[in-house]
Amino acid sequence: MEPIKLVYPVDGGDFIEAGEASSKMKMTLKKLGLPSDVIRKAAICMYEGEINMVIHADGGQAEVEVTMDQITLKMVDHGPGIPDVAKAMEEGFSTAGPDVRSLGFGAGMGLPNMKRYSDELDIQTELGKGTTVTMKLKIG
Amino acid sequence: MKHSVVLSHDRCRGCTTCIKTCPTEAIRVRRGKATILDDRCIDCGRCIQVCPHRAIRAVTDPMDRLRDFRYCVAIPEPALYGQFHHLWNVDLVLNGLLKIGFDQVYESARASELLAAYINKRGAQADRPAPIIASNCPAVLRLIRIRFPRLIGNIDPLVLPMELGASVARREAAERTGLRPEEIGVFAIVPCAAKATSCQQSEGLEEPVLDGAFSIRDVYMRLLPVLKELGDDLLPLNRSGAAGLGTAVASGECHARGSKRFLAVDGIDNVIQMLEEIEDGRQSDVDLIELSSCTQGCVGGCLNVENPYTARMRIRRMMRDMLEAVPRRAACAGAKDLSADDERDLRFDRTLEVSPALLLDEDRAVAMQKHLKIEALEGRLPGLHCGSCGAPNCHAFAEDVIQGRASLDDCIFRVRERMRGVAGPNGPDDYLPPPFRQQEKPDKGPGE
Repeated sequence: MEPIKLVYPVDGGDFIEAGEASSKMKMTLKKLGLPSDVIRKAAICMYEGEINMVIHADGGQAEVEVTMDQITLKMVDHGPGIPDVAKAMEEGFSTAGPDVRSLGFGAGMGLPNMKRYSDELDIQTELGKGTTVTMKLKIG
Repeated sequence: MKHSVVLSHDRCRGCTTCIKTCPTEAIRVRRGKATILDDRCIDCGRCIQVCPHRAIRAVTDPMDRLRDFRYCVAIPEPALYGQFHHLWNVDLVLNGLLKIGFDQVYESARASELLAAYINKRGAQADRPAPIIASNCPAVLRLIRIRFPRLIGNIDPLVLPMELGASVARREAAERTGLRPEEIGVFAIVPCAAKATSCQQSEGLEEPVLDGAFSIRDVYMRLLPVLKELGDDLLPLNRSGAAGLGTAVASGECHARGSKRFLAVDGIDNVIQMLEEIEDGRQSDVDLIELSSCTQGCVGGCLNVENPYTARMRIRRMMRDMLEAVPRRAACAGAKDLSADDERDLRFDRTLEVSPALLLDEDRAVAMQKHLKIEALEGRLPGLHCGSCGAPNCHAFAEDVIQGRASLDDCIFRVRERMRGVAGPNGPDDYLPPPFRQQEKPDKGPGE
């Protein structure tokens, strides 16, 4: 069957709007009747991805692909890229500035949470070009 | 599903105001009249508040139903007390209820305090996912069942205060009078459509424990003349404290429970936003969440007389007076007042079920096929969400077409395309109203 594709632009610099793509995606997944624990994990991954793109990359695009047995979330940005991916994956590590932290973000849990709630996580990044984070979630 | 929100076909002019504000997209306009999709309506009453023609109402029982029973008990919701000017004593209202045909009163506020006492006695619940969502608002429970099924497990499965009040009051009345429980009529006095519905169909209970619901409005109109005649010889009927009284306004439930880390949200749009956040795991530092569909809580319900802000101010003032009269005693009911019967009656006797109302299809493969068709169709629609088709937005319309609830021809823009060939030199602009024209008409100046 043809996969379902959803595309959501994520605006940069706007914390308040972050979560919108997650909300819209959830509504579609609920209408499809996907198991609620998969929807929850996908929502958390999406929200963390949105926030990351807002903080570090001045926004980007969230692409969702749904097949019968898998959800693929692709967060594509044209930001500065991640210098040290292994470091970025560490819990509590964040390069977010004090202004972002004062808002309660930048706790260094974004990528770790995305890894924790997805079944597969892949990060393609190039300094100065951008980052693509791909997460796969199996539908049980 | 049973509902107390009903549409009057005579009054409805098919104006599409209501369809846009419905939080579950449960209303469509068909043949010039609004209709409610039964399985989606959560009885929040939002449409009642926005309808410019007063075509949507919350139906409650007529007061003459009091004659159907040998003995009648009133369960007044505390929002009732916020409706009156210069009300200094809750007993005035409670005595008034005895004058207008009730034989006994049991305050919903008292039952709230019993529930709070039970929750404190029970202690923390490790087996329940955090944060706990209080079960205070039946419209919110229905919303969760339809739009946020994942969060059903977060709901504290306790009955509404008015439901607990009804069970206790019926037992007490049966003991006092010797009548059989079914000979006793127990009626809630409710501020909103959702609670009126709960009297017919409870969320947490298989069988409703109330015999009916009267609206605060109807009761208010009967009480007004009576209250003026009441003297100082009032019966001491008030058995609730400030805590119970406070549950009429948003955050009252959290305060009654003595919760330290809580969030209270009111207004259906805010509630939806909060539920989205809980679902995304963004509310991890709160223990208890109280959600009220109406603005300011129950005082904002569509069956009240007074505006929610004035009513809240009055409730708060009465709470202050109560606390000054009896310092350090916010609640009158405590754990000592809880009987084994009460503890049985205050829990849900069934689990909340997921409602499939928004599902495209029970079969996921079919649902996915339908989604692809809906997306494709939506791409061909104008995206103006004008409502002319009778659906709240273009996506809902595309869904209706694929689900067989509407025809593609219901979209006036699709019709315009087809009319292009037969229209005059300016095409459909000749007959379309200004917002829908492709080009500005040359200004003909005034007077023409």
